[in-house]
Amino acid sequence: MTEDAVVAQLRSGMTVGIGGWGSRRKPMSLVRAILRSELRDLTVVSYGGPDVGLLCAAGKVKRLVYGFVSLDSIPLEPHFQAARQSGSIEVTEYDEGMLQWALYAASLRLPFLPTRAGLGSDVMRVNPGLRTVLSPYDDGEELLAVPALPLDAALIHLNRADVTGNAQFLGPDLYFDDLFATAAARVYASCERIVPTADLAAVGGIGSLRIHRWMVDGVVAAPNGAHFTSCVPDYDRDEEFQRAYVHAAKDAGAWREFVATYLDGTEADYQQAVASRPERAAAI
Amino acid sequence: MSEGRADTMSDPTRAEVCVVACAEAWRGDGEIVASPMGTIPTIGARLARATFEPDLVLSDGEALYVAGTWPVGEPAPGPVEGWVPYRAVFDLAWGGRRHVMMGPSQIDRFGNANISVIGDFARPTRQLVGVRGAPGNTVNHPTSYWLPKHRTRSFVSRVDMVSGVGYDEAAKAGPAASRFLQLRRVVTNLAVLDFDTPDHAMRLASVHPGVTVDEVVANTGFQLAIGADVPQTRMPTAAELRLIRTVIDPHGARYREVQHEHG
Repeated sequence: MTEDAVVAQLRSGMTVGIGGWGSRRKPMSLVRAILRSELRDLTVVSYGGPDVGLLCAAGKVKRLVYGFVSLDSIPLEPHFQAARQSGSIEVTEYDEGMLQWALYAASLRLPFLPTRAGLGSDVMRVNPGLRTVLSPYDDGEELLAVPALPLDAALIHLNRADVTGNAQFLGPDLYFDDLFATAAARVYASCERIVPTADLAAVGGIGSLRIHRWMVDGVVAAPNGAHFTSCVPDYDRDEEFQRAYVHAAKDAGAWREFVATYLDGTEADYQQAVASRPERAAAI
Repeated sequence: MSEGRADTMSDPTRAEVCVVACAEAWRGDGEIVASPMGTIPTIGARLARATFEPDLVLSDGEALYVAGTWPVGEPAPGPVEGWVPYRAVFDLAWGGRRHVMMGPSQIDRFGNANISVIGDFARPTRQLVGVRGAPGNTVNHPTSYWLPKHRTRSFVSRVDMVSGVGYDEAAKAGPAASRFLQLRRVVTNLAVLDFDTPDHAMRLASVHPGVTVDEVVANTGFQLAIGADVPQTRMPTAAELRLIRTVIDPHGARYREVQHEHG
């Protein structure tokens, strides 16, 4: 599939989960395709990074469900901050582990999963819909019941995949991509490179094969598709680009120029603009 | 003057006192995972393992447990002891064999800590990173805090958003929230504080060399429990100073958190 073909299957108002973690292995080419689309009023679920920032800046987000939003090497995400401080989005802020539990409960078709995480914190105050549950056993503990968070669609980016949707992470962490996938009705996986099935286990070993074709509805070949987030070992985060992104986000005019330079065109235009960046810098 | 030579000879700086005060947070913990956030706590955790707490388990800040002692800001040379992706970190946290030191923007009298927002949550004046794992960490395993700037803006009567749970809020939430809550110590550029009081209100445990009790009080926005005789935070030993200056932080990253001034 292409990124635009994936986005054509999404609808405004959907709940969309985005894999990766902070500014790491985000399905950015799919996010950029959403930016170009007419989609709006999305509920976005994410261990958030620039995916969240870009979608907020483009006015695509109605509600955000998150444990944090960060660019890792730059702690705070400027567009997310702006959206929160202007009150332009609704939010569900959870403990990171609560978010995992919400996705896991949806994956297992359970109404909730119990935990201590969140008890006593203002997560309970700012999410008044949260309920506790009494242990039916002798301990009698009253625990937080994290409600299942089923997703209409999940977008994830992996290092490799075969054409049928078996996908592979080659870096140090799967993050929660498998839970995003199993919590979602439709799953779209972009990858750096599509390879023959036999190459998957041969290259990364069986431990790297955690996304399976029964989870995945569409595969997109997206070389450099996680840019500017990291996608190790294929590439590190583009720190210089990320700094430019943050810098541009601080000023309306600079942001318009950033959008015109990188985001108004197709994914191929984006990659071309990124590739020609050193030349432009040299020319200035 | 030769930097290395002068450095190993000179008196401990305030930042180095802070490193040791952070290291001391993990004393007695044994074979658990120490999770420091921030530069000085990271130096402190590595110092603790290299000296008095050798069984501590440390990560490389990504997804690996690594042995050895290596400089902050540099890749861990290994050897790798284990694989700890985020999934395993949450399991670890909720299972309790971990002691984290987090860096909140606000903390209050009973140890509620805020890393989420400044102002009203519905429309914050400043959105920070979000509660992250702070709610789950605090109710599941020992937690300490590091605030490199001890000031009334950070030591507030009431935090804007309870991210890390304090003793009073845990008590209100019930036994399931209090059962594993242990706030060990709060280290700042001025002092060490703890909750070793009958009602778990924050107590001034020690002041760093060169700091007065009045200075701490003036920079704290709520009433501290203060004993008749507040001791001084212990000084680094010569061996600790050598480790900090030549092995763990040879480039002085600690001074980006606490300015260079002699303690």
